[in-house]
Amino acid sequence: MVASANTRLRLETAHLTALFGQHRAVRDVSLLFPANTVTAIIGPSGCGKSTLLRCLNRMHELTAGATVDGEVLLDTVNIYAPDVNPVGMVFQRPTPFPTMSIYDNVAAGLKVNGRKPRPELDDAVSHALQQAALWEEVKDRLHTSALDLSGGQQQRLCIARAVAPQPEILLLDEPTASLDPAGTQRIEELCHALKRLYTIVIVTHNMQQAARVSDYTAFMYLGSLIEVGRTDELFTKPKVEQTEAYITGRFG
Amino acid sequence: MTALVVILSFTAVLALVLILGNLIVKGASSIDWAFFTKSPVPAGQSGGGVANAIVGTAIIVGVAALIGVPIGVGAGMYLAEYGSGRLGFLVRFIADVLNGTPSIVVGIVGWTFIVKPTGHFSALAGSVALAILMIPMLARTTEEMVRLVPNSLREAALALGYPRWRTSLKVVARTAMGGIVTGCLVGIARIAGETAPLLFTALGNLNFTVNVNQPMQTLSLQIYVYATGPFDEWHRIAWASALVLMGLVLIISLAARWVTRQRYGSIR
Repeated sequence: MVASANTRLRLETAHLTALFGQHRAVRDVSLLFPANTVTAIIGPSGCGKSTLLRCLNRMHELTAGATVDGEVLLDTVNIYAPDVNPVGMVFQRPTPFPTMSIYDNVAAGLKVNGRKPRPELDDAVSHALQQAALWEEVKDRLHTSALDLSGGQQQRLCIARAVAPQPEILLLDEPTASLDPAGTQRIEELCHALKRLYTIVIVTHNMQQAARVSDYTAFMYLGSLIEVGRTDELFTKPKVEQTEAYITGRFG
Repeated sequence: MTALVVILSFTAVLALVLILGNLIVKGASSIDWAFFTKSPVPAGQSGGGVANAIVGTAIIVGVAALIGVPIGVGAGMYLAEYGSGRLGFLVRFIADVLNGTPSIVVGIVGWTFIVKPTGHFSALAGSVALAILMIPMLARTTEEMVRLVPNSLREAALALGYPRWRTSLKVVARTAMGGIVTGCLVGIARIAGETAPLLFTALGNLNFTVNVNQPMQTLSLQIYVYATGPFDEWHRIAWASALVLMGLVLIISLAARWVTRQRYGSIR
């Protein structure tokens, strides 16, 4: 558990277990994500880190046969109780909607709860694109296809789309997995900039990336949470033997 | 091996070339303006046209599409988005069986359930029979096209808070739209040439009519009746009608190609 008295609690899982049928992909994970920090979740493939992330915005239970046990608390309110979505998400590959323009992609999340007046939409779209550091590159072609953008630009577009409805939490599932180093760097810079506004949880295969972008790091193995702590401490003085083995590259 | 494949593909193309060539040689000379604007004249007289059959084909196929497209596309959406359970399996199985049903059997169904109860042949009965032929085709092609939409797009919409049904409509269906429209056009082209299901339903009509409660002529019925008739004049008209029908199907197929081209032009 991360015990930091001076940080306001935002997102927390309590005894969270995620199942695919009988298979327990996430096992009894209790984890705290302090507000306005970046928390990285690392671990070998199949350790349940993406599944854990998908529990945080109720995406996991959309898979056939998938169920969740335990609680995800947002400011102490169980998100499995009310029907709200205060959580934005960005995926491994850019997923712009191919039939929509750049503008409509960003506005898509704003239109979920009914229509909004045009000026309000315009402001929200440009604001979100600025937050995603994409505004300067696309402001003259907002109404062209989102598919004309490069992979890195598409991923920043997806970040803009995720932050446009002003969520509390931003979930990033290996957001740089399909990007080149330059694109990766821009996303990592965004993580630093955006944590002032959002609580960010990032799943990553890349330990250097976890070390660069996150304040806290959680290490998972075989569905269980092995260790969590401040990123600098976890990478320099891990308390659990398995964590040390993983970060020094002895397995995984 | 390559040579064999090339020869086989030329053979396939040759069939189309032979059919089209034959139709043009025997039918093109009979096609003039009157052919498209006049109704048939009594046997023995020369002149006249197949305007009633062209309009009839358009009406019967159009009404069939109005009935068949919403049901077929809707069923396909259901199969692709929610059809993983037992009901989906059942619907898919029934669609496959219906797809393989001989079209004349579908015609008998139209006769039994519409012509007999109402007491008369009608274009509407023909449309229903054609729609029944069309629905399983559209359901299966729509399903395939919707399945091609990457799951990541679905998840991206769900993650934005879209309810499941709006995700299906706003993101999935819109992304697959090119393929779905192509499927519909191919389905329409298929039923436009059907004759057997119309024999017991639309029956045919030598006069011009736009009343769907009456028997109505189509190009396929016209060809069937005239080609089997005793007069040289009728044979001539049958050849020309076949050419027109072939041209119609070709135009619809080209439209389908065009829609697909647009689609792959935009997705890269």
